[in-house]
Amino acid sequence: MSHSKLASIFNKDEKRVDWHDKALWFVRHKRDLSVHQVKGWEELRNLGHGIKAHMLSNLDSYLIEFEENAIKNGVEVHWAANGEEHNQIVHKILKENNAKKVVKSKSMLTEECHLNPFLEADGIEVIDTDLGERIVQLAKEPPSHIVLPAIHKNKHEVDELFQEHLGTKPCDGDPQYLTREARKHLREKFIEADAAITGVNFAIAETGGFVVCTNEGNADMGAHLAPVHIACMGVEKIIPKQEHLGVFLRLLARSATGQPITTYSSHFNKPRKGAKMHIVIVDNGRSEQLSRPDFRASLHCIRCGACMNTCPIYRRSGGHSYDATIPGPIGSILSPGKDLTKHSSLPFASTLCGSCSDVCPVKIDIHSQLYKWRQIITKETPQPFIKKKSMEIMGKIFAKPAQFEKVGKIARWSLRNLPKSMINSKPNAWGKARDLPTGPKQSFDEWYNERENNKKKD
Amino acid sequence: MRVGLFIPCYINQLYPQVGKATLELLEKLNVDVVYPSGQTCCGQPMANSGYEYESEGACNNFVNNFKDFDYIVTPSGSCAYHVKKHYNIIPQTDAVTKVRNNVYELCDFILNVLKVKNVGASFPYKVGVHKSCHGLRGLRLGSCSEVVGDSFSYIESLLQEVKGTELMPVKRSDECCGFGGTFAVTEEAISVKMGKDKIKDHLESGVEVITATDTSCLMHLEGLVTRNNQPLKILHIAEILNSNY
Repeated sequence: MSHSKLASIFNKDEKRVDWHDKALWFVRHKRDLSVHQVKGWEELRNLGHGIKAHMLSNLDSYLIEFEENAIKNGVEVHWAANGEEHNQIVHKILKENNAKKVVKSKSMLTEECHLNPFLEADGIEVIDTDLGERIVQLAKEPPSHIVLPAIHKNKHEVDELFQEHLGTKPCDGDPQYLTREARKHLREKFIEADAAITGVNFAIAETGGFVVCTNEGNADMGAHLAPVHIACMGVEKIIPKQEHLGVFLRLLARSATGQPITTYSSHFNKPRKGAKMHIVIVDNGRSEQLSRPDFRASLHCIRCGACMNTCPIYRRSGGHSYDATIPGPIGSILSPGKDLTKHSSLPFASTLCGSCSDVCPVKIDIHSQLYKWRQIITKETPQPFIKKKSMEIMGKIFAKPAQFEKVGKIARWSLRNLPKSMINSKPNAWGKARDLPTGPKQSFDEWYNERENNKKKD
Repeated sequence: MRVGLFIPCYINQLYPQVGKATLELLEKLNVDVVYPSGQTCCGQPMANSGYEYESEGACNNFVNNFKDFDYIVTPSGSCAYHVKKHYNIIPQTDAVTKVRNNVYELCDFILNVLKVKNVGASFPYKVGVHKSCHGLRGLRLGSCSEVVGDSFSYIESLLQEVKGTELMPVKRSDECCGFGGTFAVTEEAISVKMGKDKIKDHLESGVEVITATDTSCLMHLEGLVTRNNQPLKILHIAEILNSNY
């Protein structure tokens, strides 16, 4: 279904739209307060942009450097060309270690590869341990936001979900009670786990180490308890040096939630004694995106979600309306590269207001890329006949002033004389909730010519 | 200094009063302004809809009309931005480059080229500014809340000097109104919701008149205000700067 259809379904419940919008605006506002306190914030963004651009231009050598150093540290490194290979690699590691119970900290990459259903099909229990992720997992839904996965759910819905799945008592959505129960439930899962899967926020080529950022400490809980730690990362997560971490950790947390730093920025370098550590490096369409000069900067993304919080459309349409692993503005420039037809409506789910580009901590020109995808989509995917034809006709009218004048006259006459019921009939989506302007008798052109003629007479 | 006046297609046909106010205002400021006949559209509607190639005729027509002027001034930030940003689809002749470099949004032109801050207008109302996105984040007609830096706004600088005008602050001072060209139709539900929220913000802060640098945003807001009988007047900034109450 197109974004607009899903968004109009979401918009049927205006109250829900209002709190969804308010909740995300609150985060965006917190981000503003936080970044305005940082002297040199814009320079920091420039640095982040520059490091990422440099990394992407030298991705091959940095990846090899990272692999070499990780191996030296005693980590096993695996390469996956796509999601399928990624899932098989993870599955194989789990099998080899006889792992039946897995705890996962939030990772959008494993979402992208649909790892959970793949493992579950073989009887492996996969528990998402980020609270928001656990909530959507219980609801059998994908995350609707990359940082706030269950932001579309209110506390009463969580109450009901927990009653059903965790056997909690009805509590009228008491957040304290619900969090305490979730913690109890998750602690059990951490203790029982045979393996832990985490994502990777930053992988450092220079050291072969990587950093995982969470606010709940769930990545640490998993990785510190389980005998096997599997870290899954996209190829673009590489940064060249340890010293670059400071730039990104400062950018990430503030942009994501307005925090000065994420509660846990956990550095993993080598397996602890007696335990195993694996890293799966995944391409899954990233090198193809890298090959597109207009869109390669989309790979700068550090997954802070700031573009979602600031996007007035995302806030009012909900993450699920994007029907893509990564929703919102950044998702709308990443997804078409994966499946142009399926995601053809996403670059149009924007007014090109540009707020996403201005908020982006690594300065991705998101709105310009949305514009560019539009040009490609109309050429390469089937378009409604009416849209295509009307654009062709408009193009011709606007190329010829005399025709423009004629059509304008007819349009103005119609607006003045046709009954409102006819103007605001079904095919005119404008008129459903908005009035059209009353057509003036005179266009500016006509007024101007009359004025010039009168001047001559004088 | 020869100035060519560009009146965008929808202003020409639907809001001629905005064009008149712009022309009269520039004449008041002693600008040698010419309105070249044969104007249509900057090509934005097709281009933003993904049909850039259908807009080539409009782009060429625009360049032909305006290539001989020192400045091109238009009461639309969005159109000026489009010419600047997206006219790379036609060959970059000297004429095209000149036009792209010299096109100005009205407030920008008055403040930064003419160096006039007080245009001599009087307008005794409570005014709320809608900062149209393409002007704001495209042409940088003002600072926006996402970016760290000095705070400024061309439209507000001009309004501050208008006699009797009281500028009313709104909560989300630079959020999009939801017009977005064909977005207003293809994403009708969201577009309308955004517009409603925008209007609510202005009403809650006691605004009597909403103004902007773009009639397109205002057409969308006016459409909602009229349909819902809300106590707000919608005027383009040129109409305020040209008024004398």
